[in-house]
Amino acid sequence: MTEYLLIESRSPAESGDVAHGYALAAALAGQGDRVTLFLVQNGVLCVRRGARAEGLESAIRAGVTVLADDFSLRERGIPADRLAAQVAPAPLEAVIDRLAAGVKTLWN
Amino acid sequence: MQTRTLTFVLMDAPFESARTTTAMRLLDIAARRGYQLNVFAYEGAVGLTFARQAAHPNAAHGRDVHEENHPLPRDWISALMESASRNGGALRWVNCGLCVDERGVGEAIAGAARGSPTDLWQLAEQSDNTLVIATK
Repeated sequence: MTEYLLIESRSPAESGDVAHGYALAAALAGQGDRVTLFLVQNGVLCVRRGARAEGLESAIRAGVTVLADDFSLRERGIPADRLAAQVAPAPLEAVIDRLAAGVKTLWN
Repeated sequence: MQTRTLTFVLMDAPFESARTTTAMRLLDIAARRGYQLNVFAYEGAVGLTFARQAAHPNAAHGRDVHEENHPLPRDWISALMESASRNGGALRWVNCGLCVDERGVGEAIAGAARGSPTDLWQLAEQSDNTLVIATK
C-alpha cells in the first residue's frame, strides 16, 4: 500500500481540473492506497455543509481522508462546526508532516 | 526532532497567487523545525528574490509607504533563510538562470543563487521529498 497526499487549492467552481483531482484520490483509495486530500485556499469552500462538490463525496466513500486547512477556513469565515461530515480542519503542519515522512505528494 | 531535507519547486510570480503565500507558510513551518530546505524557482517565481522589489504608498487610501506596509516576498525569503539557520537548518534557494535572464531579474537578494534544471534534479535526488507547486 502506498500513501499519497493530494493538495487542492482551488474550488470546483474555478476549474474542472478539481473534479479530476477528486477522482484521482478516489481511484487511488479504491485500489487500496492510503490517501489524504488536503484542501487549502479556495479549496476549502466546497466543504461547507450543504455546498456541492461533484466527486468529493465519492472520494470520501472510497476511503479518502479529507482535511481542510484551518487558516484558510478562518480567512473565509467558515467555522469548524459548519463543515461537511467526515471533513476535519487541520493545520498546514499536516502537509509538512507527510512530506517529512516521505508520503508521495501532488499539488493538483 | 529528526532532520529532513525537503525540496520545493515554485513557479508562480510574486504578487499574483495565494499559492505563493501557502508555499511561504510551508517553508516557515519546515524552517522552524530546522529542516534542510531547497527551493528551485522557475518561470515567474524567479522574481520572488528580485532585490529591487519596492514598497509603495497607496494614494487612493491616503496611506504613506510606512502605513501601507506593503509586503515584499524578498523580505519574507530573507526572513525564512534566517529562521532556517537559527533553528539549525538551512534554506538554499536556486533560481532558473534562463528564467532570470528572460525577465531581467538577475539582481537577487543574498543567498539566492543562479542555477539550472540540473540543480533541481540534484536537489530532488538529495531530498527526502519534493513538492512541486505549479502555476494553474
